Formats: sequence, structure tokens, C-alpha cells
Amino acid sequence: MSDLLKLSLTDVTAKLRAREVSATELAKEALAACRSAQGALNAFTAFDEAKTMAMAKASDERLARGEGGLLEGAPLAIKDLFAVEGVSTTASSNILKGFKPPYESSVTQSWWDNGGVFLCKTSMDEFAMGSSNETSNTGPVNNPWKGAKGETLTPGGSSGGSATAVAADLCFGATGTDTGGSIRQPASFTGTVGVKGTYGRTSRWGAIAFASSLDHPGPFAKTVKDGAMLLQAMSGHDPKDSTSLPNEVPDFVAACGRSVKGLRIGVPKEYRVDGMPDEIEQAWQQGIEWLKAAGCEIVDISLPHTKYALPAYYIVAPAEASSNLARYDGMRYGNRVEGKDLTETYEKTRASGFGTEVQRRIMIGTYVLSAGYYDAYYLRALKVRTRILQDFDQAFEKVDAILTPSAPSAAFPLGSKSNDPIAMYLNDVFTVTANLAGVPAMSVPAGLDKDGLPLGLQIITKALDEETMFTVGAALEDAAGFTAKPAKWW
Amino acid sequence: MSVTADDVRRIARLARLAEPKDRIDTLVGELNGILAWIEQLNEVDVEGVEPMTTPVKFPLPQREDIVNDGGIRDKVLANAPSSEDGFFVVPKSVE
Repeated sequence: MSDLLKLSLTDVTAKLRAREVSATELAKEALAACRSAQGALNAFTAFDEAKTMAMAKASDERLARGEGGLLEGAPLAIKDLFAVEGVSTTASSNILKGFKPPYESSVTQSWWDNGGVFLCKTSMDEFAMGSSNETSNTGPVNNPWKGAKGETLTPGGSSGGSATAVAADLCFGATGTDTGGSIRQPASFTGTVGVKGTYGRTSRWGAIAFASSLDHPGPFAKTVKDGAMLLQAMSGHDPKDSTSLPNEVPDFVAACGRSVKGLRIGVPKEYRVDGMPDEIEQAWQQGIEWLKAAGCEIVDISLPHTKYALPAYYIVAPAEASSNLARYDGMRYGNRVEGKDLTETYEKTRASGFGTEVQRRIMIGTYVLSAGYYDAYYLRALKVRTRILQDFDQAFEKVDAILTPSAPSAAFPLGSKSNDPIAMYLNDVFTVTANLAGVPAMSVPAGLDKDGLPLGLQIITKALDEETMFTVGAALEDAAGFTAKPAKWW
Repeated sequence: MSVTADDVRRIARLARLAEPKDRIDTLVGELNGILAWIEQLNEVDVEGVEPMTTPVKFPLPQREDIVNDGGIRDKVLANAPSSEDGFFVVPKSVE
């Protein structure tokens, strides 16, 4: 195996354009690397070698003519939440086992239109409900990073397979979706860059719905600039998604490398939780120092409703999920379990097709939307959501970007939180606010903890200002000089 | 507010999930734990605050009222658990 797969997307696409390497050769190598890692990492749910090789060949033809898009020839991994035409797409759920969409999601289509090559589908928490990739119907994904004593760790979730594929250098970028932190938390746990843009920047069409007002498709990348390229190539107005932003997409790549001098960086005092390791606080302080040294002005701010974001999310997200997942009734697609009548068929189909976490969330959602509880739970949560947005609106009058830790811990051992739903939910305590408000946010690897595990820092900016997020992200990446890689054991 | 075993059965029925007979007690505990944790939202002053259902600030876009898709019957049926002669086959739903 050559070192080609270790290159960044930026570097490999330059080599492809210079015809130093062919897309076909690269695709073959990436497929072989994924297949040989699958036994150890369990990150993948489907391959389609014929499709991959056909796309690579077409890419080589474009490159030979001196044509090609932003991602031309790069093999990319796709979270199993996105419909890829003719390829198994299941949201890592038994209820969709065998489902092959006859259509392509807008986000993946946009990557292919930019020259990307489909490599594989990646495992995830079932229907994106989880923070450890343990609720996948194909079993947990293993983080390429191991614990100090060799423990197998979670890559985070829900987009754990995608994070793992990028961290282990098995692809040059991957899609994820972020509903409460499902891109940024796994990015933090795997030493990768994870990005979500403004709500509506990337189309949700063809991405299997979890909580529609919170779902943000976005990329995993090896570097901030790669993240900018990947987000660029999946952004833009889509008439098929009524919440898709009509705005022009700025040049995210150009924003990487701009000076941060004079930018005001907010540091919110509420982004701390009980039991948070000192090393996370230290990484945060280090990040603040780096940005100060680069010429930023550091401003103490308050986002007073932060602690209410997670409980509000655990009403809003399950409520939307219970409605979205009502479509899985075993009639038009997916698996059906016959009962004595129609109702029993529905009930048996859903009870056997959905895993326990998904059923738990459907039940919470059903309860908070039911007669007598709607006002007390759902309506109140929506009002708290307004309070959280107001917190950000007020903060962004004073600052250009906000810097926080991405997650309250480093990657933890598989199984260590799976019996305590609330402990698992707390993984998203720092990320969920940006989903509720719909503002851009990204995680950038900032350093290693005492066990040698990566820690990420989060940058949040105001709606439509991904450019400042990438500018600050690139400055942070530059200062951190993070080059650590997990020792290969897969 | 807390839920009972009967509430869990009622919620499961509303959600069209077969009664999780062996998990009722576990679910009562889990749901009550989650609901108790959510109770802290009562501390927030939401007097006069508008509910936020979406981060989108523009009005719902509209398109021309014309047919712009279709003629793909076989694709629509391709993933059906059961189909016959170009139709979905479903359990009898009207007596």
C-alpha cells in the first residue's frame, strides 16, 4: 500500500490534476484499504465496486481532457443516511434492510457533480440517534484511536463510520449529518475536522430524516481547507428542500488563510460541565492563547440558557423524529412483519424493525406531543429554543466567533455509557446549541490528552458566516500544528 | 409529571409499536428519568416568548402548480415488501 491515501484532499486533487496519479488507481487502492480495515474497524455498511470504478474511469476521462470539478477523482465515503442510487441505504436500521433507493440525495449528487467518486457507505447510530455508534444494526464502529491500555474506544456518533474512515486515511472526505453534534463530537473523538454550515446551507433532500428542523448535512475532512472544499461542494440552493437557503454560497476555501487579526472571539463561561477533565479546560485555554497570539481580541461572554439546550433538544428532536419515523409502516418499502390485521402489522413491523434507542425516542416524542402534554413539554421547549437563539444573537453583537470545547470528554470505551441514556445524551452538551439556533459550527483537532487521545475545539459563528468560521478554524489548525495519527492496528 | 406502566402501553399504542411486554418496567424507569431531567426547563422564563419551530427566516417557497415528476411506477414499487400487477399489496384495511 502506498502513502497516497495519507494525503489531504487538497494535495491528492492537485496530484490528480497534474496526472501524477489516476482516479482509477486511487479508487482501487482506497477500496482495498477499506476492505482490509473492515474486520477491525467495522465502519462500512456497503460497497459497490462497479459503481466506484465506473465513476473513477469517468473522472480520469475528464482529467485527461483538462476538465474536472473541485473534488475531481477523490474517493469519498457516504454516511448510510444518504440515498445513493442503487446502493443499500438503511440508516443502519433493520427496518430499511435491503432498501436500495432509485434516486440520489442532493448532497451526494452535488459531490459527484464536483467530480467526487463514491467509495462506500458508512455505519452510524440507527437513524442518527446516538453518540457512540453503538446503536447501529451492524454493531459498533471501532475508533482507530485506542485507549492508553489498549481499550477499544467509540469513534463517537452518530456519524462514527464516516469519522473513522477519515481518521484511518481510508478516504479523502466523508459525509455526515449533525442533528445535535453528530459530526462535531465524532470529529473531536477521532482527530478529524467536522463541519456543519448554517441550517439550510446543505440540502436535506434524500437524507433520511431524523429531526427536520435540526438536521444539518456536512463533511468530515483531514484539514480545515479540505473541510471548506467539501462543504463548498455540497452547499447551494435546492428547490427540492423547502428549507434550503436561496443565498449565494460564498467561497469557503478562500476564507481559509485570511488573517484573524482584530477578530473578536467570544469565550462563553457556561461551556463547562461537572466532571469535565482538566485537560479539556486546558486545551480550551490553549486555543484562546493561540488566537490571542494571532491578533484576536478575546471577549468574555455569557450564553445563559446553554444548560437548557440539551433538555429542550430531547423534546424537540424526539417529537420531530416520532413524526418523521411514522412513515416506516412496512407498506411501501422496508421490512414488513405480518399481523392479524393492519394495526397489528404496523405494530409488529415497527417493534421488530426499530432498535431500542429509536423506540425510546419515538415514545418520548409521542408522549410530549400527546394531548394534555403538548403545551407543558413541546411548546415550552420551542420557547426555550427561542431563548437559546436570542443568547447567540446577543453574543454576536459583541463577537465575530465563539470558541468552546467540542465535547465534554475524549473518546470513551465502547459499552461504558450504553446503559444510561442521559449520560450518553450529555455528549452533545456543547454542540446541541448550534443545532437549535441553526448557526454554523465546526470542530478542529487541537491536541492530545494524557492518554494520547485527540481533543477538538469548536468554533461557532453567526448564521450565513461560515467564512469567519473557516478563517478562525484555519488559524487554530495552524497554531495547533496537529499532525498526530492513530498507530495502525487495523 | 411521571409515567406509569399503563402510560407506556398507551404511548406504545399511539406510536404503533407492539407492546414491549418484557421491557415495560425498564421503559417506565427510563422515561421517568428522562422526563425528570427535562423538568428543569420549568426554570426558564418563557413569558411572552414566541416558540421557534425552525431556524429558517424566509417564507415557505412556492413553485408552479404543474406536474414535474412521475412516470416511474416500477421505481416506486421496486422496494415494496409486496407488490402485484403494478400495485402495492397491503393487508385489508376496510371491512
